[in-house]
Amino acid sequence: MSTSQNNALILNAENLKQHYHVKQGMFKPDAVVKAVDGVSFTLEKGKTLAVVGESGCGKSTLGRMLTMIETPTEGQLAHLGQDLLTLSKNEQASLRQKIQIIFQNPYGSLNPRKKIGSILEEPLVINTKLSKGQRKEKALAMMAKVGLKEEHYDRYPHMFSGGQRQRIAIARGLMLDPNVIVADEPVSALDVSVQAQVLNLMMDLQQEFGLSYVFISHDLSVVEHIADDVMVMYLGKVVEQGSREQLFENPQHPYTLALLSSTPQLSPDKRRQRIKLEGELPSPLNPPSGCAFHGRCSYANDRCRSETPLLGKAEEGHFIACHAVEENRMKPLAVGVA
Amino acid sequence: MTTNTVSAPAPRTPIQEFWHYFSSNKGAVAGLVFIVLICFMAVFADVVAPHSPSAQVRDALLLPPAWLDGGSWSYLLGTDDVGRDIFSRLIYGARLSLSVGAFAVTISLVIGILLGLVAGYFKGVVDICIMRLVDIMLAMPSLLLAIAIVAILGPSIFNAALAISLVSLPNYVRLTRAATMAEMSRDYVTSSRVLGASPLRLMFVCILPNCLAPLIVQATLGFSSAILDMAALGFLGLGAQPPTPEWGSMLADALQFVQRAWWVVTFPGLMILITVLAFNLMGDGLRDALDPKLKQ
Amino acid sequence: MSLLQLDNLSVTFGNFRAVDNISYKVEEGEVLGIVGESGSGKSVSSLSIMGLIDFPGKVSADQLTFDGQDLQAMPEKQRRKLTGSDIAMIFQDPMTSLNPCFSVGYQIMEALKTHQGGRKKVLKQRAIELLTQVGIPAPESRLDNYPHQLSGGMSQRVMIAMAIACNPRLLIADEPTTALDVTIQAQIIDLLIELQRKKKMGLVLITHDLALVAEVAHRVIVMYAGQIVESGPAAEVFRSPKHPYTQALLASLPESSSGKARLEALPGVVPGQYDRPQGCLLSPRCPYAQEQCHKVEPENQGPLDRQVKCHTPLDIEGRPAA
Repeated sequence: MSTSQNNALILNAENLKQHYHVKQGMFKPDAVVKAVDGVSFTLEKGKTLAVVGESGCGKSTLGRMLTMIETPTEGQLAHLGQDLLTLSKNEQASLRQKIQIIFQNPYGSLNPRKKIGSILEEPLVINTKLSKGQRKEKALAMMAKVGLKEEHYDRYPHMFSGGQRQRIAIARGLMLDPNVIVADEPVSALDVSVQAQVLNLMMDLQQEFGLSYVFISHDLSVVEHIADDVMVMYLGKVVEQGSREQLFENPQHPYTLALLSSTPQLSPDKRRQRIKLEGELPSPLNPPSGCAFHGRCSYANDRCRSETPLLGKAEEGHFIACHAVEENRMKPLAVGVA
Repeated sequence: MTTNTVSAPAPRTPIQEFWHYFSSNKGAVAGLVFIVLICFMAVFADVVAPHSPSAQVRDALLLPPAWLDGGSWSYLLGTDDVGRDIFSRLIYGARLSLSVGAFAVTISLVIGILLGLVAGYFKGVVDICIMRLVDIMLAMPSLLLAIAIVAILGPSIFNAALAISLVSLPNYVRLTRAATMAEMSRDYVTSSRVLGASPLRLMFVCILPNCLAPLIVQATLGFSSAILDMAALGFLGLGAQPPTPEWGSMLADALQFVQRAWWVVTFPGLMILITVLAFNLMGDGLRDALDPKLKQ
Repeated sequence: MSLLQLDNLSVTFGNFRAVDNISYKVEEGEVLGIVGESGSGKSVSSLSIMGLIDFPGKVSADQLTFDGQDLQAMPEKQRRKLTGSDIAMIFQDPMTSLNPCFSVGYQIMEALKTHQGGRKKVLKQRAIELLTQVGIPAPESRLDNYPHQLSGGMSQRVMIAMAIACNPRLLIADEPTTALDVTIQAQIIDLLIELQRKKKMGLVLITHDLALVAEVAHRVIVMYAGQIVESGPAAEVFRSPKHPYTQALLASLPESSSGKARLEALPGVVPGQYDRPQGCLLSPRCPYAQEQCHKVEPENQGPLDRQVKCHTPLDIEGRPAA
């Protein structure tokens, strides 16, 4: 890598925003949906950043911006110190190889009319000038790495189970030696035992290639297992951000607490006091004023309803956007069944 | 991995799977057999046909089919008003009808896929322009439009085929556009984009193969309507010019003898009917075999 | 007498046994959890209880009774009446379970009318009452809504309202929260359990989420490739599983391992139609498999309320018996 900056810093996002304009009718003004509204983070080499939230919180949009499928409306995104958004088309294309994506649904992410071999070789065909033999050699080597057999080379995707397809998708993502893999709910469509296989594979590959993951998920137990840093999103905004230990052992934001308590736990002594969240996610077309969470929050007061909380530093590396935490209005919650 | 104790069937290739579903539809297979037969006869018309299609035999005018009184086994399906063998003319006519069908379908398929892919891929203004054009074409009765085109270009087989392909264009454009739009939202297209695939590669290597199934079905059905339209144009005297043997013009030429000699009209008519039916049956079978929604 | 009892229930599709000789019962006021991976036959078995298996599927059972009435012997019409009023079911995807052409109120009132009858005004009153019971705010205004105007959680609440409309004694919930977000899932499960307690229903909760079952079920059944491999009180099964499969499932959960350690994944996949092994179905994947496991299918062992289908059930420390 040519950069003289700190080598460990792979991805650096600052104040990323993605706003969509939605037509509402001929005479009404366009509504603005703030799918992602000011997200900043840094990702180090070999680390995993988990993005957690419910559907519609903007976590998938964030993933699409990081892989440059969508261009952010605002903000900066740097890969190894190089700004990705101000580059020319050609430079973008070469940098694009370094950030790859894996999707949730292994049934939709592989071209059904192509054999596994040509699916894996497609990245090489597009981006390199390798000969046919070299391509096949590389594809076979990668297949062995992700636990596929040589005879799978000539098969079609529909002959594989969900777990194997996800292996294929991971292999394709790795063909161009990327630095960052954006994994958009990579295991949520899989069965428990297969999910464990794929998570193991992802961790093994991370060690072997020094990959960095942006792991998008709604499943907190998976996130607790795989993440180094966690970012909790609600309606396009980050509400809490910190290391895994900070987030799971000392969660502060009421929404993080609610998420944690809503996740079923196997062992009775890990269960938290259930915080009942009233109502549902508000519509992003018509977000509430002030703190977006105030309608479902039991600590909300007038300030929460009118003033949008900013992400504030609670301790080193731990950020929270909540007035109640800031003003120390929250009662401490006991861990364990109430 | 699991050790298999019950022997698993070898995974089928898409072609084997296709044949498995297609062959379970008896009507489709019958259609296919008939089409193969017709194609064979058309290709080897010089060998198969007992007479030349334009040879006029003065002493065998309006001879009835062989199995009727006065018929001759030399003229299996009888002769027409100038003493030409109907059977031979039908065989040579098949050559013409099939090649016109193939020509018309190929032209409309190629143009239709191009326009449809472009409209579905780029959306926006391009899409609106193409689709409004298609809408305008659809607003005119197709045969009238074909007649108009032939009238401008002048009556000939080639112009008739061109007219037919232009008239059937809208179906292919719409079908390709819809399929393209559906495929565009699939994750595998997005991952190819992340890999840096160019729009051309995305359109033709990624998306197109996945849109082919409905297009193949439509093309098969389009083949039959091309034959039908060609017959209609021939009947109106705007297609093949005499003495070229063409099913539609054979019908038209012999119309005045329908009272005296039913066979001059019946056999070309039957031929059109059976061929169109065969293509439709095969098209239905293709649809069942290629449409994953109907599979178990 | 048990509310629902099945004995040796099998469902076959051609040569394929989707459900293979399963027996269990549900008591009144009990929450029974059925867990298993996809392809384990957990959904098919519940559909067969409702009589919803269509051609070419075939259902056979030594016994299939609801409250002492034989479901197999009763005429089709009577069975239809029973399922829907006394036995109700809710499905995984609430967005497709409601008919998009009709308003919510209309659909609830239709369900009420077919089973109970009554005048329109009474039906409407009852529909509002039901929507209030499932915690839908401002139910009067929701009656005229169409399914696409509701969120996933709301739709599932409406489905539950329709299911409990006729005061069923048994409610089968097939992955009721899989399509929903975590916080909404918690709401729906709380609602189901609350209704179950209040109405003293039997509740069969089918899910792939082990932790969810561990939290709410009294008893649990673990299914693998169409068979029941282990059953027993939920707390006991999850504390000290006796079947290697249950043990492996629990071990493969991320929360079972600490930090970034590798998860104990079971190798291989669930056997499908063509690769069913001989003997014990788990034998190719089982870490403890011995020779007899590959040849002889194990019998159910242990007391009736704690059964395990294994030649060498695991002891309390998770090791196979000698």
